[in-house]
Amino acid sequence: MTMSASLLATAVVLCAVGGILMLTRPLTRILLGAVIAGNGINLLVLSATGSAGAAPLLYGVPLRRVTDPLPQAIALTAIVITLATTAFLLAMAYRSYQLTGTDEVHDDLEDRRIYLRAEVLGERAELREEYRAGSGRTRSDRARYRQEHRRLVARLRADRALQARGRDASGDLWHDVLGADPEDYVNDQDHDRGAAG
Amino acid sequence: MNALVPLPVLLPLCATGLSLAFGTRLARFQRFISVAVLTAVLALSVTLMIAADRQGPLSVHLGDFAPPLGITLVADRLSGLMLTVSSAVTLSVLVYSLGQGMADRDKETPVAVFHPAYLILVAGVSLTFIAGDLVNLYVGFEIMLVASFVLLTLGGTGPRIRAGSTYVIISLFSSMLFLTAIAMTYAATGTANFAELALRLPDLPLGVQTLVQAMLLTVFAIKAAVFPVAAWLPDSYPTAPAPVTAVFAGLLTKVGIYCMLRTETLLFPGNRLGDLLMAVALASMIVGILGAVAQTDLKRLFSFTLISHIGYMVFGIGLATREAYGGAIFYVAHHITVQTTLFLVAGLIERRGGTNELTRLGGLARAAPLLAVLFFLPAMNFAGIPPLSGFIGKLGLMRAGVADGSVWAWILVTGATVTSLLTLYVMAKIWNLAFWRTEPPGQAAYGTVLETSDDSDDEDADTGPDRIPGTGDEGVGPPPAGQPVAATLQGRAVTTTIHPPRAMTGATAGAVLLGLAFTVLAGPLTAFTDRSAAELIARRPYVEEVLGP
Repeated sequence: MTMSASLLATAVVLCAVGGILMLTRPLTRILLGAVIAGNGINLLVLSATGSAGAAPLLYGVPLRRVTDPLPQAIALTAIVITLATTAFLLAMAYRSYQLTGTDEVHDDLEDRRIYLRAEVLGERAELREEYRAGSGRTRSDRARYRQEHRRLVARLRADRALQARGRDASGDLWHDVLGADPEDYVNDQDHDRGAAG
Repeated sequence: MNALVPLPVLLPLCATGLSLAFGTRLARFQRFISVAVLTAVLALSVTLMIAADRQGPLSVHLGDFAPPLGITLVADRLSGLMLTVSSAVTLSVLVYSLGQGMADRDKETPVAVFHPAYLILVAGVSLTFIAGDLVNLYVGFEIMLVASFVLLTLGGTGPRIRAGSTYVIISLFSSMLFLTAIAMTYAATGTANFAELALRLPDLPLGVQTLVQAMLLTVFAIKAAVFPVAAWLPDSYPTAPAPVTAVFAGLLTKVGIYCMLRTETLLFPGNRLGDLLMAVALASMIVGILGAVAQTDLKRLFSFTLISHIGYMVFGIGLATREAYGGAIFYVAHHITVQTTLFLVAGLIERRGGTNELTRLGGLARAAPLLAVLFFLPAMNFAGIPPLSGFIGKLGLMRAGVADGSVWAWILVTGATVTSLLTLYVMAKIWNLAFWRTEPPGQAAYGTVLETSDDSDDEDADTGPDRIPGTGDEGVGPPPAGQPVAATLQGRAVTTTIHPPRAMTGATAGAVLLGLAFTVLAGPLTAFTDRSAAELIARRPYVEEVLGP
């Protein structure tokens, strides 16, 4: 089976561009990435036919020389599916923008907590090692060490307080079990704006 | 009999149309359609399973086009079993969600979307189970995924949109990978039909075969949430409504496992990547259960146990002996039921205790004995306490591992034992914190939330005929049994009762009983899974049914 090199090259470039876009944070870029990479993969599917054959006319064309229709059917299916998903992602990006003001995909809260903990503990261990290794312990050294140490502890404590607050805020029946009324958010935002202004 | 095969897909799809057409006007009619159709699908699935067991695989070529061109649907023993278990579980979750929706008399939540999306999800899941070619499998996946996007972001709240975006992007990525794998397979063999692939793939060079196999396995591993590609699951599932999380956790990951079972046995016999699968299974088990140990949020915790127990099934697939496949199939059936049940119970606990957070729950064993029983049975089943089906499933897998006798198998058997013990530890932790200890001070009493309803909107308060106007102090102290109580959540009045709606408890009890039925019927069921495994390994019945002898 022979394949068109230009088709393959285009597919590869599209997939690469789409892949890079999908690695970014904003949902709209991810959406664009998905569309571009999707097109690349559709080309890949089409290239599975090999070189183009004769037109599928009823008379006068030997059936064996007609292009294989199945990859085209697959690609069509994939295009329709991509369309639906694109519509959904657009709606979601818009909703995300409505709620938070950006359409960025945020980190998992638990992940961020674990990450922060590891970071602080690592810094603390480093600090301690540095302090122990230093031979001449002057008073100012010791004071600086204590201060740094206190700062790190305070950071962890602040994070813990934030979590506790978050925990109290969530776990409410209306939002978690039922799904909230979007109008609530409008009211909330107005309320917040009023409070801020 | 063969004509019945497409019905588990067609019925829910037709019902979706009806449901969308009449939904907003006739909510009761919509509910009736959903329940009736899912009951019909359950009956059909049981019929298909029995027929496939008696006569061998059943197949349909849609429009009577021959295999390479037409769409083929096949139901063999494995498909029949998966269809039966999945329709039983979806039916009980539907009843549960109906109970929830009716009790809350909630007009604002988009129930009009819930029913059609749920039916489409059922159609997609059924289609993946009976798909006879890769392209159709892909379409089934996509139907299921699009429905799951809608269900996961139901209501469009902030947390759900955040969780949903992770889920949507991961799903998109895996779909692309799947399509690429299909393109490769088609380019190499000229067909996407499973039966024809089974004949043509062995002629390919080993490298191409392994590439296709690895790509398909990656796609299905993402769907099944196997360890290195499982991080999306605990992030995205817990924020959805309880019934949605329950059906996702029970079914969607198991669809990935089903596809692994199907492709590993039919397309790539010989188990070339067995060691890799076993390593991944071990990592899933251990990492998943350690994640669960660290959690205090009930739904997140169950999400991690889900990842960990996926490892058992992958272990079975990696071993690739007849006993191992049989054990894995049994475990899939058991796990779908028990994991769904646990999430349903988590929804009940959340309703009763007002929170999902274990550190703030307590005293439920005295306050809600029935709920305690409903949690205790599936929890012990899940951990694998002897007479229950979890034990039987694990025993089957471990016996297959010991019989295999290789180093990897022994490591996996040890890992499975450790995971099982840690699961028991996690379940005991939930039991101690939420049920057994005395109520922590300051806990919201008896399912109500202690807030004064000064700022509640009147238009929300009078949606139900039997609402008592909230005076604020009714929530303090135990209200009389069965009486609705007005409470407010974030300034809105809602009615909560001591007893969760009967439909919710009933549906959960039904799911618990289904889990117990696996224990009672363990003999016939293990015999059946053993026959399914034999059929999978033989490959001949499937291929001959599709292509003709």
